[in-house]
Amino acid sequence: MIHTNENRQLFGSSVDKLTKFNWTLLCLVITTSAIGVVALYSVAGGDFSPWASAQIQRGLVGLAILFAIALTPTRFWQATALPLYLVSIALLIAVELSGAAVKGAQRWLEVGALRVQPSEFVKICLILVLAALYAELPQKRVSRPLWIALPVLLTLVPVLLVFRQPDLGTAVMIALSGAAVMFAAGVNFRYFAAVGLLAIGVASTVLLSRDTDWQILEDYQYRRIETFLNPDSDPFDAGYHTTQSKIAFGSGGLHGRGYLQGTQSQLNFLPEKHTDFVFTTLAEEFGLIWCLVILAFYGFISGFCIRFAIRCGDRFCALLVIGLSSVFFLHFSANLAMVSGLIPVVGIPLPLISYGGTALLMTFAAFGLIESAHIHASRRSEQ
Amino acid sequence: MGRPEIEVEEQRSLTRRAIMIGGAKLALLLAIAGRLRYLQVTESEQLSGLAERNRINISMLEPLRGRVFDRSGTVLADNNLNYRILIVREQAGDVELVLRKLARIIPIIEPELSNKIQEINAQREFVPVIVAENATWKQVAAVSANAPALPGISTKFGSTRHYPFGSELAHVVGYVGPVDRTEQENVRDRDPLLHVPKFQIGKTGLEKSMDRQLRGNAGNRKIEINVQGREVRELNRVDAKPGSDLQVTIDRRLQNYASARIGAAAAAAIVMNARSGHILASVSVPTFDPNKFVSGHTVAEFEQLLKTPGSPLVNRSMRGLYPPGSTFKMVTALAALESGFVDPEEEIVCDGRHEVQNRNFHCWRRNGHGKVNLRKGLSESCDVYYYQMAERVGIERINNMANRLGFGTQHELPMPDVATGKLPTKSWKLETEGQAWLLGDTLNAGIGQGFILASALQLAVMTARIATGLQVKPRMLMSVGGVPATPEKWHPLDISSVYLNLIRDGMYAVTNDKNGTAHESRSADPSFIIAGKTGTSQVRTITEETRESGIPSYEDLPTQLRDHALFCGFAPYDDPTIVAAVIIEHGGSGSKVAAPIVRDLLMRAHYGRLPPLEAYPEKQRKRIQREQLELELDNPDPDGNPIQGVTQA
Repeated sequence: MIHTNENRQLFGSSVDKLTKFNWTLLCLVITTSAIGVVALYSVAGGDFSPWASAQIQRGLVGLAILFAIALTPTRFWQATALPLYLVSIALLIAVELSGAAVKGAQRWLEVGALRVQPSEFVKICLILVLAALYAELPQKRVSRPLWIALPVLLTLVPVLLVFRQPDLGTAVMIALSGAAVMFAAGVNFRYFAAVGLLAIGVASTVLLSRDTDWQILEDYQYRRIETFLNPDSDPFDAGYHTTQSKIAFGSGGLHGRGYLQGTQSQLNFLPEKHTDFVFTTLAEEFGLIWCLVILAFYGFISGFCIRFAIRCGDRFCALLVIGLSSVFFLHFSANLAMVSGLIPVVGIPLPLISYGGTALLMTFAAFGLIESAHIHASRRSEQ
Repeated sequence: MGRPEIEVEEQRSLTRRAIMIGGAKLALLLAIAGRLRYLQVTESEQLSGLAERNRINISMLEPLRGRVFDRSGTVLADNNLNYRILIVREQAGDVELVLRKLARIIPIIEPELSNKIQEINAQREFVPVIVAENATWKQVAAVSANAPALPGISTKFGSTRHYPFGSELAHVVGYVGPVDRTEQENVRDRDPLLHVPKFQIGKTGLEKSMDRQLRGNAGNRKIEINVQGREVRELNRVDAKPGSDLQVTIDRRLQNYASARIGAAAAAAIVMNARSGHILASVSVPTFDPNKFVSGHTVAEFEQLLKTPGSPLVNRSMRGLYPPGSTFKMVTALAALESGFVDPEEEIVCDGRHEVQNRNFHCWRRNGHGKVNLRKGLSESCDVYYYQMAERVGIERINNMANRLGFGTQHELPMPDVATGKLPTKSWKLETEGQAWLLGDTLNAGIGQGFILASALQLAVMTARIATGLQVKPRMLMSVGGVPATPEKWHPLDISSVYLNLIRDGMYAVTNDKNGTAHESRSADPSFIIAGKTGTSQVRTITEETRESGIPSYEDLPTQLRDHALFCGFAPYDDPTIVAAVIIEHGGSGSKVAAPIVRDLLMRAHYGRLPPLEAYPEKQRKRIQREQLELELDNPDPDGNPIQGVTQA
């Protein structure tokens, strides 16, 4: 019976599966991506080249990947979680060994003409492996020190590798993603409190290490922290990003300057306007009202995921969805907090909207996994 | 599956944790929404103002400076349109290397190269600095062709001030130079143009006094720029308003004649229209080349100029102060006549000296003039007569009369630092010298010596007032920006015409009586009779001892101790139109040195050409002819070209 079920799940008609597909979620994802294309068209000065057309192509590829992943049974992903994780770690090490230096950071791996960013891939693999781990782990063992050590180790390996690239922002994101899965799995609060205190300790040590022989962070990272604390101190150098981006928000106001009318972005005042700071263009041209609408999109996507996680009844699926949606939401909120000057500039792209191949494909892949969980878990809970 | 309770417990835990995560996300979302609202609504106004400044760059458009013309329309200060070579430090990279390459195309003299580099480094890195001016089209083309090898070098069309008559009108027209810090900080002049680097501003003369009118108004260009500072498009343009052209009362050719006639001796001269007060010529020797100030003196040239004896930069005719000497005697005479202390026919005996308070005051003629009345007192310039007059009327009346005739006043002219001169009073002497006023001081003042100081301009004004009986004031502007100056009607002097006629008669006698001190400088043209007054003002103090040992002849004295030679005159006697005043520093005798020059200037102004030989006394014609041939004039215009409004038809 189990075998039959497995067979039906593995080889059941795709049409049947599509009826179980969460089309609302997909529509939200596609709409948000479309907004991204609109923004990229604008930052290029009203041109599909160079970013918008490339983003559309990647979106279509991403959509294909999404469906492919979604129609693959969740069990398959559960079973291949560990190998995938190991592959992603291997890729990170490969970057460490032979990655091309881009902007002082080694983040890309050249595969022929493609440049892949393994740090984006590792996020998903980490969540897969953690969800798979906790799916097998009885609840009462979850908070035992030995069973704490294993997921922490699984998280710390990629965190440290990414941190060495150096990419502080992504490292923090990976650490928080791991923490989100562990939290959802029911790890005792005390551990989180302890880690929180430890983080504060580490942070102060890092700050104190500046200008000493054992300085931990790069100089530019210290400058970013410094200018975050007082962006006006250096409005033309390191604080430039934050200042110009805030000006764009203010310039947009409630109703915006109108599409393609944003002076800040059209006139090149905005740095990284097609990647990390793409939201400022939207803010300037469409104003607060549309910003809140976009915020709502992200909120709905996250809300759907949590609602599904609670209802699905499958521990692996629930943890996977919580983990993936948390990565998605963390990126989104970190990016907005960064561009609006709430946190230092850390180099986190805005998921679905920022220009960037690997990030976009990985986001679609993540939603593929979520949809997969949706199709297969709901199928199982019906029985 | 055998452990339903556990599964239920697991599900509950998961639900709790999921709801917590969801709650945390919602809180974050609201925080971000709140932040966006803060930036886009609360702070919007301030931040969008910053956005506006970000993209708009207002650049100034420099106006073309107004030109200066003489009364007949000859240009005295012009704008030469030319090409300039500029360098921008941040684009050049290695400034020295670029300049060395440039030097192969345009001559940049080696010692100036290091100065230039210093100057470039002193400016902010994006400010263009002029490397070379007056570049030829060929040079500009060469620079453009080599542009890739000359980063940061650009060419610009600009204008340079040019003074076609150079040193001849240097003091009148003045010159322009780059604006300096004190001028930028002048609270009364908040023109943004002053902050254009190296903006040319009037430094002396008309250029300085009329700077506001000549300068014009800045235009501006509002351009949209992107973050690199590159121009995207022009948003708005307000063209610069060019400066107003000036037409001054100076007659260029008369000025040229006067300069040539006076020659190299340190001197001040004013030729003025007696009725309108128009200054027709204003000469100050030594002089300098104002064009050198515009193109930039070399350090050596400038030091040379500062070292030149006789301060060539000072405008002597309006700023130079001299004891007026005997030219002041008309003032004393008028004061005496008006106060009734003397009858013009009263005869005073001059035995060569006048004793006051045990001190002897000498007449220039040691043996005395014998019986002297008012007319003879003027024509033969008897000092004793004026000692007596001064003693009778007192310093207050003398000062009062001097004031009414234009001494001790700063005449209003569009020239900087027009001298006030000095009319000493009793309280002034007590305050500055700490000594009581002596009767001797009054006597000295009576013959224009002692503390009294006056300028050539004031002598000319006095002469015009006496000649016309009107309160003539000097004027220099014919029109500003095409608007002619309103013709002025002078009030009559509050001096009885009877007295004025007596003085004029005395001045007539100076040149026309056989014993007159300037009889040699008379006119032979009955329609152009010249009247005037000589003056020989002492530079040295003649002590009793030198008196006793005998006054040495001028030729024996070193130059700086010799007397100043003065003469002021007007013509024609019966209907005066022109006045002239000349002071030759350390020139010696006024009658011998200054009077002939005044005669020539009056005649040149009257005839509008080289004075005809027939106007001179027959005996002098040969000498005059020789002198005229020796004059180095720009254009002798023998056919004549009468000065508008001066010469009679």
